[in-house]
Order: sequence, then C-alpha cells, then structure tokens
Amino acid sequence: MIQFEKFQLDNGLKVLVHQDTSTPMAVVNVLYNVGAKDEDPAKTGFAHLFEHLMFGGSVNIPVYDEPLQRAGGENNAYTTNDLTNYYCQIPAENIETAFWLESDRMLSLAFSKKSLEVQRKVVCEEFKEHYINKPYGDAWHKMRSLAYTQHPYRWMTIGASLAHVEEATMEDVKDFFFQFYRPNNAILVVTGNVETEQVKQLAQKWFGPIAAGKPYLRNLPKEPVQEKSRTMDVRADVPLDMLMMTWHMGGRFDEGYHATDLITEVLGGGTSARLYEQLIKVKQIFSSIDCYHFGTVDPGLLVIEGKLVKGISMAVAEKAVLEEIEKIKNEILDAKEVQKVINKTESVICFEDMSIMNRAHSLAYYELLGDADLMNKELSLYQRVTPTMIQQTAQEIFQENNRNTLYYYSKS
Amino acid sequence: MALDRIVAPVIKDAIDFNIQLKPYQKFSLDNGVEVYAYEGGSQEVLLVDIVFYAGNSFEQKNWVAAATNFLLKNGTKRKTSFEITDAFEFYGAHLNRTCTNETATVTLHGLSKHFQEVIPIMGEIISEASFPEKEIAILKQNQIQRLLLNLKKGDFIANRLIDEYLFGFDHPYGKYSVEKDYTAINREDLVAFYEQYYLNGKCVIFIAGKFPSTMESLLNKHIGQLPLNKKDIKEQAHPIISATEKKYSIVNDAASVQGSIRLARHFPNRHHPDFPAGQVLNNIFGGFFGSRLMSNIREDKGYTYGIHSYLQNYKYAGTWMVSTDAGKDVCKATMEEVYKEMKKLREEMVGEEELKLVKNYMLGALLGDLDGPFQIISRWKTYLLNDLTEDYFYNTIKVVRAVRPEELQALAQTYLKEEDFYELVVY
Repeated sequence: MIQFEKFQLDNGLKVLVHQDTSTPMAVVNVLYNVGAKDEDPAKTGFAHLFEHLMFGGSVNIPVYDEPLQRAGGENNAYTTNDLTNYYCQIPAENIETAFWLESDRMLSLAFSKKSLEVQRKVVCEEFKEHYINKPYGDAWHKMRSLAYTQHPYRWMTIGASLAHVEEATMEDVKDFFFQFYRPNNAILVVTGNVETEQVKQLAQKWFGPIAAGKPYLRNLPKEPVQEKSRTMDVRADVPLDMLMMTWHMGGRFDEGYHATDLITEVLGGGTSARLYEQLIKVKQIFSSIDCYHFGTVDPGLLVIEGKLVKGISMAVAEKAVLEEIEKIKNEILDAKEVQKVINKTESVICFEDMSIMNRAHSLAYYELLGDADLMNKELSLYQRVTPTMIQQTAQEIFQENNRNTLYYYSKS
Repeated sequence: MALDRIVAPVIKDAIDFNIQLKPYQKFSLDNGVEVYAYEGGSQEVLLVDIVFYAGNSFEQKNWVAAATNFLLKNGTKRKTSFEITDAFEFYGAHLNRTCTNETATVTLHGLSKHFQEVIPIMGEIISEASFPEKEIAILKQNQIQRLLLNLKKGDFIANRLIDEYLFGFDHPYGKYSVEKDYTAINREDLVAFYEQYYLNGKCVIFIAGKFPSTMESLLNKHIGQLPLNKKDIKEQAHPIISATEKKYSIVNDAASVQGSIRLARHFPNRHHPDFPAGQVLNNIFGGFFGSRLMSNIREDKGYTYGIHSYLQNYKYAGTWMVSTDAGKDVCKATMEEVYKEMKKLREEMVGEEELKLVKNYMLGALLGDLDGPFQIISRWKTYLLNDLTEDYFYNTIKVVRAVRPEELQALAQTYLKEEDFYELVVY
C-alpha cells in the first residue's frame, strides 16, 4: 500500500507527495500530459524532441544539468505515445534545487537556436542508431502504419520520418511548448524523505506563479474496427526470418484490460509460458518468441513476434502460432495456470514498488489515468480475473479480421 | 518580494554528506558455505545470489562455462526443464543465471512469503542438474542463430574486437565464441564442468530483502548439506597478450549509416592507488552526462546520441574505454575531438568549479546507489568477490573529496596519452 497526499495549485498543477523516511534521497517527477499521439501528423516526433530540448536551458537558467549535478542529483526523462515524464533523484536536503530547475523550465524554455540545431542532429543519430542501423529496426514503423489507419499510434515516438525532426522550426517548437507544457497539463510527484508541508510550500513558491495555459482538450481520431486481416511482406538484409502479428485490444480503461494482460503472460511471460514451451522447446519452430502489449491508454495492440529457426517456412511458423491462439480461445485455462500468472503479477508489482523512483512514476501515471490510488487497487483487479474471463477476452481479440501480420524475410 | 529565479537555492555539498555503507550480517552453513545478508526494505521480496567459482576463466573449451550455467535449470534427475521453470514462476519467483569471467551466478528474485516453496528447487538444480541432450541441442541451435543476428550489429563486433586487442584471444577477458565453439560442445564437457565447479564446487551466497524467520534453517537444509567448498578452487593466471597494431577500421556492413567507435587502453583496477582519483578524472572526461566528451561531442556538435568513457573493472585487470556510435561521416571528427579532450586534460588543470561539481555529483550518485537492500548487498558482493574491504569504500570517498586539480592533471599525463589507446571503428 503506497500512501500519498494530494493537492492542487490555483494554476491547475496537481501535486502528490509520498513520504519514505528510510531513504536519504528524494525524487521529483513531472509528468506532462502529452505524448506522440498528440502530435500533428505532419510534424511528428515533437514530444520526444522536447525530451532533448528540455535540457537545453530554460528562461532563467542557462543549463539544466550543471546545477542539479552540483547538488548531487541525477535526472532523466522518457516519452511514450501517451505521455512524457521528467524526473530527478537528489539528496533530500537539496530538494529545492529540483523545484527551482523544474519550475523554470515549465515557466519557459530558453529556446536557443543552437540547442535546437544540435538536438535535431542528436535525435537524427538516435533515429539511425535504433531504427536504421539495427537489424529489424524498421519493423515497428511498418507494423504501426499497417495496424492503425486513423489513430496517432500509427507513428512511433521518435517520429514518422527523419524529415519531420530535421525540419522542425523554432516557431513549431514554441507553439508545441506553450500548448502542452503548462501547469494545468502536468502532474508533480515528490517521493522520498520529504514532508507534505515542505512540498506544499516549495510547490507554491516555485510553481505557483506560473500562469495556467489554455486547457488541452484531447480529441483524437478513433481507430475504426478492423474488418479484414492485413499483411505486409518485407525483405531486408537480416540473418533470420521474423514473424510479427498484432491484434487490436482494449485500452487502459477497457473492462478486459487485466484479462488481456494475463493472456500475454500465459502466452509469453517467461520460459514456462506456452509459446516458449511449445514453439521453441517442443516443436523447435522459433529460436525466440515473445508476446506482449504496451499498456497504452487508448486501444492498443497485442503482439506476438518471433524469429524462425533456419529452414522453417513462414507458413509453418504462422500455423504453429495460430494453433496456440486457437487453444487459448477454445480450451478453458485450468485454475493453476491462472493462479501462476496472477502470482507473477503480484511479484512484479512488489518489485516495481521497491524504489522511490518507481513509486513516483507509478503515482504520476495512475493520477494521469484519473486517480493515483488506482495503483493500490491494481493487484485486486488482477485477482478478480477468472479462467472464463480470459477465454472470453481471447475470443474477442483473436479474430482473424482483427489481425495484422508482418512477414519479415531474410534476403540472404 | 519577487521570486528570484536566477540565483540557485542554497545547497548542502554532497562532499559534506556522511555516507555510510551499512554492514552485512554473516553466517555459515553446515558445509562451510558463507552467507552474507542484508535485511531490510519496504516490500515483502527477497534476493538470493549463489555465486560459484565457475566463470569462463576455468573452462578448457570455449563456451563451456556459460552453457553449463545456462542449462542448470533445464532439467534435473527428477524434473523436466518446463517443470522447474513452472515451479518457480508459479510462486512469482524468477531465476536468473549469469556467467562472467571468474564467477557464475544463480540468482533468485521472489516474494518472501514463497521462499520456502522455491528454495528446495534451487537446491535441486545445483545438486541434480541432468543436462538433457535435447536441451543442449536447442540451446546450441538458438545460440548460433542469436550469434548470426548479433554479427550484423557493429557495436557487438566492436565490443568483441576491442577486448581481443587488449587481452589477446586466449585470455578470458579477450576471448569470445564463434559458431564452431557452439557446435563443438557436447554433453560430457558440460557434465564434467558441472561436477567439478558446481556439484563439488566452491560458492558464496548473498541475500537481501525481507527474510522469513526460517531463512537460515531453510538455506541450511537445502544448500548447507551439499558437498560444496570441500576443495579450494584455484584461479589460474592467464597471460595478457595485447595486439601490437593499435589502429583498426573494419567494414562489417557497407550500408551502415553509423560507425561504432571504441578507444581503449589498459588501466589499473581497484587495487591500485591511482584508481579512486582515476574515477574522478574519468567522470570529468566522459563518465556522466555532464562530462567533457558528452558536452563537446553530443551537446555541442551533435555527432552522436551518446558518448561515454568507463573504467572497466576486472578482478585481475582493468581498462579505460571510450565508446560511442557516431554518424558515418563524422567518425573521424569524433575521434579527433576525443583526443583533443585528452590533450586538454593533460595540458590544462581542471577548474575548481568543474571539479567541485563532479565531486558532488559522484557522491550524490553514490548516496542514491546505496538506497535499498539489493543495492547495498550488491556493493558488498562486488567488494567481497574482488578481495576488497570496507576500507576501499571509505578510502574512495576520502580521495574523491580531497583530490586536487594538479593530481588529476598528473594522472591525465600518465594515462590519457593518445598513443597508448587502441582505436577501432566498425562500420
């Protein structure tokens, strides 16, 4: 049970505090309610580009990192399709430094020309390192554009193309910043060796004077129900054939979300999971295989992807996966298998909650979903899942017309 | 009064923090195996690390140590591979294996309340592993496929080659596996290695987290009765044969849009008096996000997504390595900038402000690194396995606090010389 207190500033900034006096450290976490899905389809990659620009100096502080490091702190950030999260860990005694830095960059970035020029290049190198210069690095670009026709999950956080980042202008950057990086579109979480009163005072002092922005009303195009199975062939200079399949699944608020999560565990969680045991060990059709989903807020994708053993044909591999799919649709799981995946989930939750950093991330994320206390109810929602719910959910998701398949062939 | 956003809030310097490494508890099992324990944390979870002296420096044939370690849980006299994994996973426990140069480890992460259900299986895989032929065949096949995939990656090739140049291919720190090593392994090799280095081997145990009240007796029952630690296992000395040629450029993929750059030299390990100050110098040079390499090559020039330098610690050696992936057309310029930064450290003293920042950053990060039971035991494990005591910890802090710019310059003049570095680019 993670205890926390919550209050809101007049400018709309939500603040959550979780105290843990067993540590000398504190974490200051600022979640901005903006992800790659909020980007203009003609200007993608901006939320992630900001992850870089946010370190290029703010209106009153020329560099972000130095003062933080001088105070013994460390920081990082990540961007997903749904959100952007900035966080720093710092000795609790120096926590005001983090408030000073975070509030100044919420007030306004410096918008230095040099920073934009350099970070455009850095992001392009990141793009090359992860998506071009890496075997199968383009697979997810292709899969997203195959599986989504309308919803902005159809592009990746790094951007739909290098050109969007290369062509980003200062005007674009400023517009994006003042639209999204406002106190009323953010959640501040402080965890560690802190007092709520102290956090209230500091939050009011540093974040209180920042003006609220125009409220952001998200209105994203809905992905229409897929009516026909889609496929794509790719041939590339990779050593092994790869098969990647996705099916549309419900979003974070969907009734079947927890059952879906457990389906991916039954099929792909660890080496006692079905796909590993049947397709790698017993039938030896794949040399590696995974089943997972991204836990996205809006309706997402359930994924199965694996590399084929050399000499096995794509058709044989596909048939073998579909047989496992039929099994989970047609045969009810025994109670022990369901208990196993619930126990595993309990363990994952306990391990995640060990550090004040993860607790800060989780509180911010669940608050974004609507209520930070959901974090404490999560396990009970998994424990309610029954074998029948798993079977029904599998039957809803694993329909042929709902499937997208990428056949990724080795040229050699 | 208007809020002053220009002037930074007052801070307490991390160099003034009282940083303590909390002590471990120690006990011995009936068979003499030593257990180092750190109890604590907010969650009902625990970690059990059984460390065997069974790393790749003990093997006669390439890959035997790693394959033995990997296959420990793929079958015992009583259980199939699936039954073993299923038994761990049913209780939400996770069993990892890792094989390094000197040691090979079996690690359990699990819920404290289920420890009594999973510790017997841990004992079973250590004492009754059966190495089924079918499991070996599957591992070999998948390992070869994984290798084929990795050989497409420039950074993978670069990491292998740079170690080979530094230590020679016959040294445990310099060798790597090729396809024929995988095919050449047979069951007898694994069984023999297992019998010598696990079944009758030498091990030490590290535990951390929340313990059930029966922790000690459970360990004693399931591990403490095994025929371990009867013989002393001697670590052999391996001669280092470094390459004579220093500069390499390799084309692995003509279509590559980046080059993987590695610049490296030998450097003393933690036992040498230069090491603690070396860590400070390394941080200034390329050891953290605010380092000179990162500021210059990423933040000023945008040549790369990231550039880092490391002091790579081995039990019997050490290296200083600079590593980055940079755009193909700027690889040469990147290396020139790295050498310029070395030269600057040799010729100019580090400024007081920069030095203080790095000291505070290092000690603040250290404070954060010691936060939590797993982190504390992990540090003790590193020290104990490398024959270091808590004196090393406190001495490092002392040196970091006290080191002067002139000492760092002298260190740079000794170690940051362009001609001493091996240089490799893999396109």
